[in-house]
Amino acid sequence: MDALIAPLLNGSAQGALLLLAALGLSLTFGQMGVINMAHGEFLMIGAFAAYLVQQVIAASNLSIPVALPVAFVVAGLFGLLLEVTIIQWMYRRPLDTLLVTVGVSLILQQAALHIFPSQGVPVEKPGWLDGQLNILGYEWPLRQLFTILLAAVCVAALAAWLKYTSFGRRIRATVHNRDLAETSGISTRTVDRLTFFAGSGLAGVAGVAASLIGGTNSQMGAQYIIPAFLVVAAGGIGQLKGTILAAWAVGVALSYFAYWTTGSLAQVLAFILVIVFLQIRPQGLFTVRTRSLA
Amino acid sequence: MSTTSKRLRMLMATGAVGTTLALVLAGCGARAGDEAAGSGTSAKPSCVDTSGSTVKLGFLNSLTGGMAISEKTVSNVLHMAADEINAGGGILGKKIEYVQEDGATDWPTFAEKTEKLLTQDCVAAIFGGWTSSSRKAVKPVVEKNNGLFFYPVQYEGLESSPNIYYTGATTNQQIIPAMDFLASKGVKRLFLAGSDYVFPRTANAIIKLYAAKLGIEIVGEEYVPLDKDDWTSQVAKIVAAKPDFIFNTINGSSNVGFIKAYYDAGLTAATTPIISVSIAEEEAPAMGHEVTGHYASWNYFQSLKTDTNPKFIESWKAYPNSSGVTSDPMEAAYISLYLYKALVEAAGSFDVDAVNAAAKKNTITFDAPEGKVTLDGENHHISKPGHIGQINANNQFDIAWASDKFIEPDPYLEGYDWFPADIRKQLVDAAG
Amino acid sequence: MTKLKPWISLGGIGVFAVLLLAVAPLVLTDHWLNNVGKYCCWAIAAVGIGLAWGRGGMLVMGQGVFFALGAYSMAMHLTLETAGDRIPGFMVLYDPLAPLPMFWEPFRSAGFTLLAIVLLPVIMAGILGYALFKRRVKGAYFAILTQALAVALATLISSTIRETGGDTGLSDFKYFFGFVLNDPANKLMVYLIAAALLIVCVLAVWQLYRSRFGELLVATRDAEERVRFLGYDPANIKLVAFVVSALMASIGGAMFVPIVGIITPAEIGAAASILMIAGVAFGGRASLFGPALGAMAVGWGQSSLGSTWPDGWTYILGLLFIVVILFLPNGLSSLTARFTVRARRGPDVPPTPAIVAAELEEVKS
Repeated sequence: MDALIAPLLNGSAQGALLLLAALGLSLTFGQMGVINMAHGEFLMIGAFAAYLVQQVIAASNLSIPVALPVAFVVAGLFGLLLEVTIIQWMYRRPLDTLLVTVGVSLILQQAALHIFPSQGVPVEKPGWLDGQLNILGYEWPLRQLFTILLAAVCVAALAAWLKYTSFGRRIRATVHNRDLAETSGISTRTVDRLTFFAGSGLAGVAGVAASLIGGTNSQMGAQYIIPAFLVVAAGGIGQLKGTILAAWAVGVALSYFAYWTTGSLAQVLAFILVIVFLQIRPQGLFTVRTRSLA
Repeated sequence: MSTTSKRLRMLMATGAVGTTLALVLAGCGARAGDEAAGSGTSAKPSCVDTSGSTVKLGFLNSLTGGMAISEKTVSNVLHMAADEINAGGGILGKKIEYVQEDGATDWPTFAEKTEKLLTQDCVAAIFGGWTSSSRKAVKPVVEKNNGLFFYPVQYEGLESSPNIYYTGATTNQQIIPAMDFLASKGVKRLFLAGSDYVFPRTANAIIKLYAAKLGIEIVGEEYVPLDKDDWTSQVAKIVAAKPDFIFNTINGSSNVGFIKAYYDAGLTAATTPIISVSIAEEEAPAMGHEVTGHYASWNYFQSLKTDTNPKFIESWKAYPNSSGVTSDPMEAAYISLYLYKALVEAAGSFDVDAVNAAAKKNTITFDAPEGKVTLDGENHHISKPGHIGQINANNQFDIAWASDKFIEPDPYLEGYDWFPADIRKQLVDAAG
Repeated sequence: MTKLKPWISLGGIGVFAVLLLAVAPLVLTDHWLNNVGKYCCWAIAAVGIGLAWGRGGMLVMGQGVFFALGAYSMAMHLTLETAGDRIPGFMVLYDPLAPLPMFWEPFRSAGFTLLAIVLLPVIMAGILGYALFKRRVKGAYFAILTQALAVALATLISSTIRETGGDTGLSDFKYFFGFVLNDPANKLMVYLIAAALLIVCVLAVWQLYRSRFGELLVATRDAEERVRFLGYDPANIKLVAFVVSALMASIGGAMFVPIVGIITPAEIGAAASILMIAGVAFGGRASLFGPALGAMAVGWGQSSLGSTWPDGWTYILGLLFIVVILFLPNGLSSLTARFTVRARRGPDVPPTPAIVAAELEEVKS
C-alpha cells in the first residue's frame, strides 16, 4: 500500500509546486504570448523576499504568511519593471522575448550571487508545518499539504479574478481578440502590464513555497523554468484547467518514476512523456478558440 | 540545370580544396605508431618567466554558473593567502601576481582556461577546481603542457598525476574514517544518498566494498541530478528502507533540499543521523536548524584547537570578501598555496621538474590550520588528520571523533585488502 | 532582406575562407587558433540554425541534441581508439567485470563513426521533424519541445555514468583516426578540417538560399497557409531545412571533440542550445554570414570577457542579449545592410515585417 500511496501524495505535492511555478507562465505565456525565461529568477526573487521578511519578523510562524503577499508584490514589481522597460517593445516579436529574457535571467542570477551569501540563505519553515499526517499508513509531511493548499488558493484566486472581475474580463477579451478589445475601448496596455505583474507575482509566491523545499540561492530558479513551460504547453495555452491537470500529472509521473527507477531517470522519463504527449496532441489538453488567424 | 551543376561542381571543388589542404598538412603530423607517440608529451619549453620581481600564478574557479555558490569562497581564500605570502616577502623573494580565471561551471571551459593560463599567461602554477569533473578536464591539459595544478577539495581518490597536487582528502582520509566511525557506532543498515556524478558514484562503489567487509548492509542507494533540489520521492524510499544511518555524498545546494525533505518526513538526527562529506561550516547555515545534530567527516573544522587555526580564522574574518566562517575546502586551498611556496623554496626554482624533484624527498611540510601536514612525494597527496564533527545549533561542528594520528594518503587504497587488486590494476592501466 | 549580388556573396565567402584557412593559422598562437577552431564548430551549428530559424522560421532550441549525436559518436570512437583493447578507464570502477556496452562496439570502426555522424542526426531529425511538422507543431510549441528534448538528453547522459561518462563527459583523447592529437601539426590539421567544413556549410546554405527551395522556405516562414494553397506541402519544406540544420549541428559537434578534447552533457543542454541561438540572433538570423560570424563572436566574447571580468562577465553577456535583440532584431548584419541600402536608396528599411507577422501567427495558433 505504501508503495502506491507515497508516490501519489508526494507527486501531488511536487505537481502543486510545479503548478505554482507554471501559473504565472500561464498568464504571461498563455495569455500574452511572452516567453519569459527569467520567470525562474522571479521565483528566486520571491524566495529571497521571504528571507528578507524573516530578517524583520524573526518568528517563522508569522513570517511565512507575511512573506507570501510580500513576495507576490516584490516579484510582481520586478515583472512590471521588465514589462515597461523591455517586453512592451516586443509584443510584435514574441519569439524574441525568449532571447531577451535569457539575458535578463543571466543578469539576475549573477546579481543574486553578488548580493547574497554565495551559498544561499536559510528560510525557516514555520513550526506549524512540522509533523506528518498519517494517510493509509504513510506518514505524509505536512509541508507537502501546505504546498497543495497554497497552489489551490492561488488557482482559486486567479480563476476568480479572471472570471468575475472586470479586469479579468478585459484580459480575456484581449486574449481572444486584441484588436477588437482595443476598439471596444479596453486599454490593452494597462491589461498587459497588470497581467505581467500578476504573472510575475505568482512566481514570487511559488518562490516562497520553493524556499521551504530546497535551497534559496542564485541557482534555484533555473530548475523550474523548462518543466513549467512544458506544463503550460501540455495543458493547452491559455487554459487554467489544462495547466492544473498537466502539472498534477507530471508531478505524479515524476514521483512514480522516481519510485520505480532512479531520480535522474525519472526526470528523463517525465520529459519524454510530455514530449510524446505533445506530439500526439500538439494543442495541449484543452484548446481555446480564438478568432485570430490560423 | 546547367547552372545548378556548375554550382554543384564549385561547391565540391571548394570542399575538395579544403580536404586536400588538410591532408597535405596531415603528412607532417605524428601517427599512432610513431616513436613520438610513445612519449606522449610533446610539451614546448615552458614560457614561465620569473626573471623579474614577481611570479605569475593562475587561480581557476567557477565564479559564474551553478558551482559558483561553492567555488567563490575558495577563490577569495586563495587571494587572501596570496596577499599574506606577499606581505611576508613572497615566494623566493618574488611577489605573487595572480591571474583569476572563471571556470564557469563548464568543464571544457576549465580545460580552455588551463591552457590559456599555461601558454598565454605563462603562469608557474594553477590553483583551483572543485568538482571532480573539473579536475578531470584540467588533468590532460596540465599533463600535456607539463604544468602544475593544485586541487583543494576532497575527492574520490584512485588518481594521481605528476602534474597535480591534491591538498584535499582522498578516500582513506575521509570516507574510510567515516565508515570506521559508523562501524564503531554499531550501524547495521546504511542508506547511500548522492548527487548523480562521478564523486558520489565512485565514493559509493568504495563504500559498498568496505561495508561488505565491515558487515554493514546497504539498504538502498539513491541519486538525484546535481541541479535538482527536490528529494521528497527519495526520502520516502529512505523511510521505507528503515536504515540506521545515511551516508550522504550530495554536493551543492541539492543538500539543502535533501536535509529539508528529511526533516519534513520526521527523520531526525536522534533516530537516523546522516553523515555527510560535503556539508561544512559554509553550507550548514543555508539549511537552518534542520541540519543540527547530523554528522560530517572532514579533516579540518573551524572548531579545531590547533596552534595555527586561530590565526587563520582571524585573518579570514578580517578579509574583505569574507563569509565569516572557515571550512575544509577553504583550508585546503589555503594549504595549497603555502605548500607550493614550500615546494618552490625547497627546490630553489619555479621549474616544474625541479619542484617535483623536491617533492620526491618527502620532506615538504606545512603548519596548516588542521595541523602539520606532510607531502607524499610519490602520489602528491598530503597527510591529514581524520575528524568527524557533529553540527551544533550555531552551525559549527563539535568534534565527535578524531584519528589518533595523521592518516597517510593512499589514493589507490593499496593498504586495504578489501579493495580488489584487479580493479586497481585496471584503473592504473587505464590511466596509462 | 536585401538580396546581395552572387559575386558579393561568393567574394565574401572567399575572403572568409582566406581569413580562416590561411591568415588565422599564421597570426594566431596555438591556444587562440584552437579557440577559433572551437568557435568554428559552434559556427557550423549556427549556420544550420540560420537556415532553420532565420529562413525557415522554426526556432530550433534543441540543436544540442544533434550536436550531441555528432560529438558523442566522435568521442566514443576516440575513446576506444585511445583505450585500445582495454575497457575505457571510467567504466571499470562502476562494474569492473561488465563488458563494453553494446552500443559502443560499432564505434570502434572509423567508417561506422563517420557514417553515424552523418546518418544519426538525419534519421532522428527526419523522424522527429516528420512527426512535428505533419501535426503542424510550430512557434513557441516547437521551440519549447525541442528545448525539452535537449534537457532530457543531457539529463539522460548525466545519469548513465558507466555508459556515457556522465556529467564528467568523455575526455583525454590521445589519437584522432590514427594521428597523435598532441602533435601541433595534427592539431593544425584538425583545425583546418573544421574551418573547411564551416566554409563548405556556408557555401551549401548560400546555394540553398538561391535555389527554388530557398524561396519556398522563406515563403513557408512568412505565409505557410498560402504555400499550402499553392499546392506545396509546407511540412516537407520545413522537414528538409530541419534535417539539414541537424546535420550541420552534428558535424559541428563531431569536430568539437578533437579540438576541445572533451565533451560533456553541459555542452548540449538547455544553456548551450540557447547560446547557439544567441550567436545566430547576434549576427543576424536570416543573413548568409550572420549566424556563423555571430556564433564566433559570442564564442570569442565568452573566452575573452571571462578573462577580463571573471565574476561579472555574465552581466555583459546578458546585456548584450537584451540590447541586440531589442534594437537590432535582425542582428549586426542588419547594420551593414541598413548602411549600404541607405547609401544606395535613401530612407530606412523596415525590419522584415514578414518574420514578425509569421511569429505572431504561430504563437497565437
